[in-house]
Amino acid sequence: MPEAIRAEKLFKSFGDQQVLAGIDLSVEVGETVVVLGASGSGKSTLLRCMNFLELPTGGRIYLHGNLVGTPLGNQADAKMKYAEPNLQRVRAKVGMVFQHFNLFPHMSVLHNIMEGQVTVLRRSRAQAESRARELLAKVGLADKADSYPANLSGGQQQRTAIARALAMDPEVMLFDEVTSALDPELVGEVLRVMRALREEGMTMIIVTHELGFAYHAADRIVFMDAGRVYEEGHPHDILIAPKRERTRQFLEGHNQFRLPEAGPLVASEQT
Amino acid sequence: MQYALQLAGVLAIGALETVKIAVMALAISLPVGLIVGAGRYSRTRYFRWPAAAFVETFRNIPVLVSIMWFFFAFPMLVPFEISAYAAAVLALSLNTSAFFAEIFRAGIQSISPGQWDGARALGMSYRDQMRRIILPQAIRRMVPAFTNRWIELCKLTALASTISYQELMYTTKMIANAYYNPVEMYSVCGLIYLAIIYPMVRATYRLERRAAKETA
Amino acid sequence: MDYSWNFDIISRSWDLLLLGLANSVYLTAASFVLGLPLGLALALARLSRRKALSGLAGWYVDFFRATPSLVQLYWFYFALPQILNVQIEPGTAALLTLTLLSSAFVAEIFRGGIASLDKGQWDGARAIGMSYAQAMRRVILPQAIKRMIPIFLERAIELFKTSTIASVISFPELLFAAQDLAARSYRSLEVYSVVALIFMVTLISLSQITRRLELRLARSGETTTS
Repeated sequence: MPEAIRAEKLFKSFGDQQVLAGIDLSVEVGETVVVLGASGSGKSTLLRCMNFLELPTGGRIYLHGNLVGTPLGNQADAKMKYAEPNLQRVRAKVGMVFQHFNLFPHMSVLHNIMEGQVTVLRRSRAQAESRARELLAKVGLADKADSYPANLSGGQQQRTAIARALAMDPEVMLFDEVTSALDPELVGEVLRVMRALREEGMTMIIVTHELGFAYHAADRIVFMDAGRVYEEGHPHDILIAPKRERTRQFLEGHNQFRLPEAGPLVASEQT
Repeated sequence: MQYALQLAGVLAIGALETVKIAVMALAISLPVGLIVGAGRYSRTRYFRWPAAAFVETFRNIPVLVSIMWFFFAFPMLVPFEISAYAAAVLALSLNTSAFFAEIFRAGIQSISPGQWDGARALGMSYRDQMRRIILPQAIRRMVPAFTNRWIELCKLTALASTISYQELMYTTKMIANAYYNPVEMYSVCGLIYLAIIYPMVRATYRLERRAAKETA
Repeated sequence: MDYSWNFDIISRSWDLLLLGLANSVYLTAASFVLGLPLGLALALARLSRRKALSGLAGWYVDFFRATPSLVQLYWFYFALPQILNVQIEPGTAALLTLTLLSSAFVAEIFRGGIASLDKGQWDGARAIGMSYAQAMRRVILPQAIKRMIPIFLERAIELFKTSTIASVISFPELLFAAQDLAARSYRSLEVYSVVALIFMVTLISLSQITRRLELRLARSGETTTS
């Protein structure tokens, strides 16, 4: 499979605090990669750099093999120069869903999903609306088109946010802890939508703490530590038989309390 | 009776003048405040610095001092007369503009970073983020602060009386002096202001409650 | 227009302006300090469960929000002496007006600060058996006051600006000193410009102190309510 998006020796610092320390990550078209790691390991920053909500302080990002930005010099580690209009085009192609939804509270669900199509892709309102309704049906919210975000449950808001990102017909989707702010009983409905996207062949990078989901939905798991890829591989290898110390510690922390009759990875979204 | 009616007529004219100053100053302050507020948000310092200087200056000079300056000092610098009306409106407008600019800036800052993220992640330009996502929400939040400042402005118009502009306060003072009835006159005057401004205060409470509910 | 500036009068009358500034500061500080306990009492009245008490306090606050301070000042200076049949000095009338005005605003800040505290703080205090008064005095107020300090200072700055109205009844604060000087010297441009500058510098310094205090409180883990 061809490569969809690649981060090469990516660095990011905030002041003198280094968050990404030369991370390499390549994702194929149609692949689902789940990124795990303790808080502060740089998972969210990695996603935010991949669609340039944060500008990387070093390294490169390639979208479909094309380098984003212009290097300032000939060396392989030359600083990059990024032009805002160029980044806007990249962001339009890389969809992102956030932990706190970030829906636009002054717009109805329908208009939230039409907004990017109309202002960025310059689709006609009729076109945008029909696409929005299509996506609403897909995420199971056809009847909520005229509601406002404040009147939806967390799960419904997050599904709306997914539809909003999908409406841009993105080539890659980034999910940043999209179920962390949800009540436990609402997690399943969001994960189901993501699972369906995977079946359709969407390219996805998912930061999550839902190990069960990672086990069943990921093609590959990347475990991050201190701004680097610490261990990566098939879900079974990483989650059941991790080779390295930090990965084991992380998984133990997550699996300390289990129901007596259930294994650690029986996931709620299996239904 | 005749006397009371005449008095009411004179006071009504004064009250009308008070409203005139307030509305005029508001009409000037809204656009000026928005422009200065936007200037403080600009990414170029050539807009940012003058805007900041404007706000600091006119927010920190008491309106009464500013009225005196425009009425007694400013005319020495310019080759034309400055009427009491012009001096009062100028001083009130500059003061109110400075506060409006700050409200505007604070309103934009109050929008959570997630809203910018959401808009940017869709690939929107800065202009579109501001125009379509941030401003519509920010303006809604600013409304109570704007009405509060409008109330403040209405009260400050009374200061125009100190340079003999014949609005409600000045009219009251003249009558109280002439008929030597300060208790009645100043009480009535206070009640007239109360009648004009109190409904606005109540409306602001309602707006504040609504805004609190929306952001909660 | 060619105007030849001449600051002689300023350099000759510095002492008058300084005295004016001192009077302005005195008037502001005194009315603010006197307004504090009065404001706290009003806030507690407003938060009281007795409808009449809280309604009355509400009216008081609204009255000061809805009438110009100049009207209040004239009323206390010209009307009140007639009613009481006593002589009231300009300084007393100004102090009275600004104190009552300040108490109304301070009351709102107290109320907002107390109301903004997490309900959990009340629950926590009650859970260890504190009475209403104990909880208010030992748990709620100390936290609320810390949050309110920057807002109090902002209010004091507003009060300082409002104190200029005392000039209209000839209380010798800074603006009155300016008017006096300008009238005697025919140098209104210089005098009013310098006085505007003095006000500006004083108030900007006060704002800076407030801002720094706010930052320090924010660093010490306290947020300010706005």
